[in-house]
Amino acid sequence: MDLASFLQILDSTIRLATPLLFACLAGLFSERAGVFDIGLEGKMLVAAFAAAASYATGSVWVGVLAGIGASLLFAAIHGLASITFRGNQLISGVAVNFLASGLTVVLGTSWFHLGGQTPALVGGMRFADGPMMTALAEIGVAKSPVLDLIFGHSILVYVSLACVPLTWWILYRTRFGLRLRAVGENPAAVDTAGVSVTGLRYAAVAITGVLCGLAGAYMSMGLSAGFLREMTAGRGYIALAALIFAKWRPWYALMACLLFGLLDAVAIRFQNIDLGFVVIPVQFTQALPYILTVIILAGFVGKAVPPRAGGEAYVKER
Amino acid sequence: MEKLPRWADVILVPLICLVIAFVFCGILIAAIGQSPVQAIWIMIEGSFGSTTGLGYTLYYATNFIFTGLAVSIAFQASLFNIGGEGQATLGGLGVALACLLVPWPHWSLALVGSIAAGALFGAAWALLPAWLQAKRGSHIVITTMMFNFIAYALMNYVLVNLLRPLGSMDPASARFPVAVNLPKLGEILGLVGIPFSTKNPANISFLIAIALAVGVWALMWHTRLGYALRAFGKQEKAALYAGIDPVRITIYAMMLSGGISGLMAVNAVQGAAHRLVLNSVEGAGFIGIAVALMGRNHPFGIVVASILFGFLYEGGSQLAMGTTIPREVITVLQALVILFTGALPYMVQKPLEKLFALRARKAVGGAK
Amino acid sequence: MATDTFGGRQATAAPYAIELKGISKSFGPVQANRDINIAVPRGTIHGIIGENGAGKSTLMSILYGFYKADAGEVFVGGHLTVIPDSQSAIRAGIGMVFQHFKLVQNFTVLENVILGAEDGPLLKSSLTRARAELEALSREYDLDVHPDAVIEDLSVGHQQRVEILKALYRCADILILDEPTGVLTPEEADHLFRILRGLRDQGKTVILITHKLREIMETTDNVSVMRRGTMVGTVRTTETSPEALAELMVGRKVLLEVEKRPCTPGREILRVEGLTVRTDGVVRLKGVSLTIRAGEILGIAGVAGNGQSELLEALGGIAQATGQITMNGVELPLKGHKANGQTRRAAGIAHVPEDRQSLGLIMDFAAWENVGFGYHNAPEYQKNALFMDNAALKADTAKKMATFDVRPPIPTLSAKSFSGGNQQKIVVAREIERNPDLLLIGQPTRGVDIGAIEFIHKQIVALRDAGKAVLLVSVELDEIMSLSDRILVMFDGKIMGERDPATTNERELGLLMAGMVGSDSTAKEA
Repeated sequence: MDLASFLQILDSTIRLATPLLFACLAGLFSERAGVFDIGLEGKMLVAAFAAAASYATGSVWVGVLAGIGASLLFAAIHGLASITFRGNQLISGVAVNFLASGLTVVLGTSWFHLGGQTPALVGGMRFADGPMMTALAEIGVAKSPVLDLIFGHSILVYVSLACVPLTWWILYRTRFGLRLRAVGENPAAVDTAGVSVTGLRYAAVAITGVLCGLAGAYMSMGLSAGFLREMTAGRGYIALAALIFAKWRPWYALMACLLFGLLDAVAIRFQNIDLGFVVIPVQFTQALPYILTVIILAGFVGKAVPPRAGGEAYVKER
Repeated sequence: MEKLPRWADVILVPLICLVIAFVFCGILIAAIGQSPVQAIWIMIEGSFGSTTGLGYTLYYATNFIFTGLAVSIAFQASLFNIGGEGQATLGGLGVALACLLVPWPHWSLALVGSIAAGALFGAAWALLPAWLQAKRGSHIVITTMMFNFIAYALMNYVLVNLLRPLGSMDPASARFPVAVNLPKLGEILGLVGIPFSTKNPANISFLIAIALAVGVWALMWHTRLGYALRAFGKQEKAALYAGIDPVRITIYAMMLSGGISGLMAVNAVQGAAHRLVLNSVEGAGFIGIAVALMGRNHPFGIVVASILFGFLYEGGSQLAMGTTIPREVITVLQALVILFTGALPYMVQKPLEKLFALRARKAVGGAK
Repeated sequence: MATDTFGGRQATAAPYAIELKGISKSFGPVQANRDINIAVPRGTIHGIIGENGAGKSTLMSILYGFYKADAGEVFVGGHLTVIPDSQSAIRAGIGMVFQHFKLVQNFTVLENVILGAEDGPLLKSSLTRARAELEALSREYDLDVHPDAVIEDLSVGHQQRVEILKALYRCADILILDEPTGVLTPEEADHLFRILRGLRDQGKTVILITHKLREIMETTDNVSVMRRGTMVGTVRTTETSPEALAELMVGRKVLLEVEKRPCTPGREILRVEGLTVRTDGVVRLKGVSLTIRAGEILGIAGVAGNGQSELLEALGGIAQATGQITMNGVELPLKGHKANGQTRRAAGIAHVPEDRQSLGLIMDFAAWENVGFGYHNAPEYQKNALFMDNAALKADTAKKMATFDVRPPIPTLSAKSFSGGNQQKIVVAREIERNPDLLLIGQPTRGVDIGAIEFIHKQIVALRDAGKAVLLVSVELDEIMSLSDRILVMFDGKIMGERDPATTNERELGLLMAGMVGSDSTAKEA
């Protein structure tokens, strides 16, 4: 493999890891607060749709806001079901995914008559690659492939990367983070300390909504140029897998998302990988994130212990 | 201290949930500028208006009975198996291999063989998640979800590299020999003098599914295994006191669940498609969740809910053909049913409980 | 009413730290608190004593803002105070140490202490301030807790001190402790009481909720007695006696006399040797050996959490164990999947577990299904090789319900619909009616009404009189004293000694339960 294609793979690794990273951090906030969310996929999907559907405005930022808004709405449904009505969080997540999958196609088909797609996005409705490169060129820095790999991406890529230290800082250095972690471990401790469990969990679910919104907006306005039905294609689940892989910690989440992004990039670029003595089929590369997650879950390579109060609604004991 | 009368819990609650879901979908259809009333008429007309439509309805319902029963058995043991999709996919592989590799002389023998193979493959695909849950505490929801994706990749590999006939571009197996084709429901009903169309995929599997529902009912409420399974599902710790082995019960429940999911392929792969395609399950594994929730985890309820969803599924196709309403309206409906029956039960139950308490109080007051 | 004759008034005329007037609270048809009046003087340790279910915890939950009282007023430091939530309680200077700690297990002591009481949106300053304050408090009150220790690594006693620190860090003037010694070793309990006295001497007010008379007598200045939701009296501790308090608590002379014939022990039924149970890496049962003969009741006394539960669970096949148990001359498996409730029942062991609601019954199952619980494989409940005979099980349930006077006698009613006493009767009926060679019975009368207690006691004695062996575990000393033919006392997973109920007394047993061999009660402070 030559250097150019190596750089190309790294380049698409970063692009493909970006929505995963947004969604993974989204899941991190929710699950750290004790609300399991297998509805990341659905929120990403509906956000991708809403972002692309606002193409008429011609502004990516309106698109981003629309995506976040739609994702927040779905997060609110999940919050209502799992926090206020103490329903089954897993079932609620499944429902959210179906709702997104159905609604995007129904609305898309009837609005745009393109069989569920939105019109292709052009110009100002797409996140342009390399705004930083342009700036660098202006100050006279020569173009190079390596520089392009580092600075040549669209703005949302850097936003997602910045979210990693930000998440870490919020989680471990702020009052909100302390309470958030506590509410996912032992909500009774938070409640008796006079802090609202409900409020904290809704806040966490809202952050999840915002981050999923960014993930979806990047999908339709950055990675692709428009919305296609089921375009998230299981990325929400991969993000969930990455979250488990990362054992619910922000820096590890970055590593996991980059790894899974790399696997995706490799699977797209190469079909079967011939190692000489054995041929690795592309399907194996595609399934690898899931296989790795199962291995991690099985606890053979370092046990992944989810937040202790995860999945359970908080009921004050008598 | 049963707060709701049993009939209300079993019939009224799911019914109200369904009505809410329908109302939401009606609003959605109206919002995209179509007539909800016309839509429902097209659906009813299409699914029940002819025996061809009815056949399609029952064909879909058959899939859902299998996957719904599968989900419900795991539910009873307090295990949320969302791996029905993957287990049914693997079941499809088992059925296809049974049909392709063995030169069956008659469909009835082939049916026995494919039932065994489908159940075995489906159960095998549930075994590892079950074992990981029982022995290593790995969350069954996540592992079964991962296994869905792994199953899809595996199936893709098998179809592209192993089962694809020479010269074909389709990721699909060769067509099965005609000898293994199952009798259509129309043919069977014709034998007893009931005229029923054969221009639909409904086949003998529907009767197998009904028999299986009865079997599951007997298993859950009239056998020691069913008793142990339900006891384990209600109070895991108490099961230990009664000498119910948690590891074994988890594995039995999941293998039963996976095996029944795998049986879906007898209907979809052997009974209808006559070959193995990449996405033979088409989301039926997930609809099983909605069906089990709506049917209150009871085989009878599951059969009723499956027929309802079969109607919705077929009705959805009719909508897509007859109007500009996309069939995904049904996905929305399905999502809402799952949401209201599974995730928001209190939203319907609590007001109902209050209503019944009020009525009871009034009745007492009236008697005084 | 006795509440008017307040006996523990201090010399100062300062307003009370806490004064409750006419507090009432019901949960549906159950009146948990009825017109409660109580006044707690500042700078005292005030005991609130009463049986399980007397309404002590409800009253304190009202004070801490967990429940809203239906009627009544709360005065804190002389001011009428409304406490709608815990935040308000904390602001009013009230701190609470719950029976089940409210700590985040994977947080450090420091993080747990500042949780909810941070100085600002960023943690750094809170942590710095808390560390200094914690060290000061820790020194001042002999708390001995390291601020950077992670909770899950700490002993139960230390975790409790973290709870006290949490309250003190929030400037609590009034500290409520709900059954604080239930989970403590005697040494830890003594240390706790030293801490509480230190707090009182610094002017804090302590409210101690307990049902243990000894703690009240040793630690408190005044004591209020609750009974079935009402406050029956408040007295100065120095002016009362355990007997007088016990009488107030129960409302009648405590006379748990059970009629029984003299014991005539027969052959050896069960022999236990070196039984050891380890859970989560901690050895809970440390090489216990004992024997039980036919026709005798062996009572196991001890403070909860000293290995009795593990003993029952190992014998009942629930917990994995090492050592040896021989039943009727046959060795039983202690490890692996063969050690389970089924094989134990086959060997003639019946088991009424300590916690009927989580172990003994499936609360959502109907009574008839519960009568088959653990015996669902029994031949008489099978129709054939494949199917169970539900009709036979229902008929058997109806019969058992009649014999044991279970009310209402409806086999199809779910277990959760019955009262505690009737639930227990279902369990006891199921286990005793099989005529087992050995009955394991834990806390037979916990949460059971008086009438059912007598009935259940009679059944236990009848089984023994029929020549069967009974192993009785109870934290109620009088129950052990009146039922047992021999008494073993457990402490810290070991058996401290054997006593004859005819010649021993509560004081002697109490010392053994506190881990002291010998009779000098003053030795423990040394």
